[in-house]
Amino acid sequence: MTGEQIIFLIVALFTLGSALMVVTTRNLIHAALWLVATLFGVAVIYALLNAGFMAVVQVVVYIGAIAILFIFAVMLTRKDLRDNTPQTNKNWWAGALVAVLTFAGLVFTLQGWSGFSKTAAAIPSGFDAISQLGEQLTSPAAYVLPFEVASVLLLAALVGAVYVAFNKK
Amino acid sequence: MNFWNDPLKVAATWLEGIFTGWGMDAVLAHVLVVFLGVFLLVTILMVLDIFLVWIERKVVARFQDRIGPNRLGPFGLIQPFADIIKLIIKEDTTPDGADKVVYNLAPILSMMSVLILWAVVPLAPVMLGIDLNVGVLFLIAAGAIGTLSIIMAGWSSNNKFAMIGGFRQVAVMVAFEVPMLAMLMIPTIFASSMNMNAIIEAQNIWYFIISPLGALIFLVAAIAELGRAPFDLAEGESELVAGFNIEYSGMKFGMFYAGELLHAFTFGGFWAILFFGGYRFFGLEQVSPFLAILILVIKAMVGYWVIMWVKYTMMRIRIDQMLGFNWKFLTPLSFALVLVTALMNTLLRGADSWLYVTGMFLSNVVVGWIALEIARSVARRERERLEGPTKVVEAQH
Repeated sequence: MTGEQIIFLIVALFTLGSALMVVTTRNLIHAALWLVATLFGVAVIYALLNAGFMAVVQVVVYIGAIAILFIFAVMLTRKDLRDNTPQTNKNWWAGALVAVLTFAGLVFTLQGWSGFSKTAAAIPSGFDAISQLGEQLTSPAAYVLPFEVASVLLLAALVGAVYVAFNKK
Repeated sequence: MNFWNDPLKVAATWLEGIFTGWGMDAVLAHVLVVFLGVFLLVTILMVLDIFLVWIERKVVARFQDRIGPNRLGPFGLIQPFADIIKLIIKEDTTPDGADKVVYNLAPILSMMSVLILWAVVPLAPVMLGIDLNVGVLFLIAAGAIGTLSIIMAGWSSNNKFAMIGGFRQVAVMVAFEVPMLAMLMIPTIFASSMNMNAIIEAQNIWYFIISPLGALIFLVAAIAELGRAPFDLAEGESELVAGFNIEYSGMKFGMFYAGELLHAFTFGGFWAILFFGGYRFFGLEQVSPFLAILILVIKAMVGYWVIMWVKYTMMRIRIDQMLGFNWKFLTPLSFALVLVTALMNTLLRGADSWLYVTGMFLSNVVVGWIALEIARSVARRERERLEGPTKVVEAQH
């Protein structure tokens, strides 16, 4: 087992463990903080995959914006932060079944894939992933249209939120 | 290659040689040497932090026409050590009903979010923690952890003042992240790289001269991010006692305080790196890496001094003024500036260097002037709406 595998296993266990804590803990703020830990674990996995840009963006967007917003929303809307209602309903077995089947399906599909047991090829020196990403996102031959559509969608959501919250005088 | 030209590499090779000579695995020896390097950097920073307390107290004393600490040792230099002993032996209190784990984690995260920034600071051409190709974005990511630590401190203290202070501070930090991110794009456009070292290498002319407005907005956003006056409404003593750190005592409070000072110094350093050429100074950085570090530290100290200058001469602003200033003025202005800079950069790319610098400088001046004119006319209309038409009073002699 290489050092990288050991680090991956530790990080993956940490991420899954904190994800489990998000749904089992009773205190909503603790759940939000465990969610931050989960998202941070995902950022570390991006970094292990040599995707530094994705790792940093994960921290900026998910921890710096979304998780903070979650915490704000919980603090501003709830008087009692503890949740006393049962955490599952009577359909829990159906959810568990779907989860297990999905996992089994993924494992089954990936086992037929030839790249499943290969180690990744080393990245050639001088390869600049971030400029490649930038070119792909702005080149008409690649992904400029989906990128622009996504930005327009986000802008529309922003304008819509302002319109809903706007206090008409 | 000798010690004076590349001290980090020479020291690392030497240490790794010693460790492998003891029969240690090569990979393990490398990890250990890297760990020791991080440990050394953090230790130097923390020791520097102790002296920053002294510098801060001396400078504020001068601004307030006092002498400052002058009893212990020459120029009061031993004073910060006495302060630290006091902080360590103080009673460590935890309020009733506090969330213990989160309460204790917050000061650690706060200090960590500052120390982690130094991973991407190039101290000299050959001396830097990690040559990250997204170094500029790393600055914002570390800021996100700082925001999180403050909301944790505010919530876990079980104190209304702490909670309000935490809310205010997070509102400031989330708001001013936007103009700061936009201003980080300006050196990125000029250097066509987000790597800190590449940005410094590309600064044959300081970016402060090419984009003075960008440097100014970055400084304003940095001061807001630090939570210092005029944006220190999170710790408004007259209304909130101390803000988010009200319940912390002893060294836990010390962590917040030292973190703030080191953060101010660090942002002085980033201001120098992004807009004042970092470790470069008329080719002196080529002489020795140690000289380069000295240049960077002096530039960072100058930036830190400017931040202190603003802090001790400005009054605190209200939260609605802060939000209005950011969302209605600074954010549109910084987006307009990024657009104009990108456009001018494309137009003038092939042009003569003098034309490039003049064009960029003039476009900055024009953008700033238009923004101020719009702000002034809006403010005048607002005033007239509230008070009726104002009479222009001629100066009487």
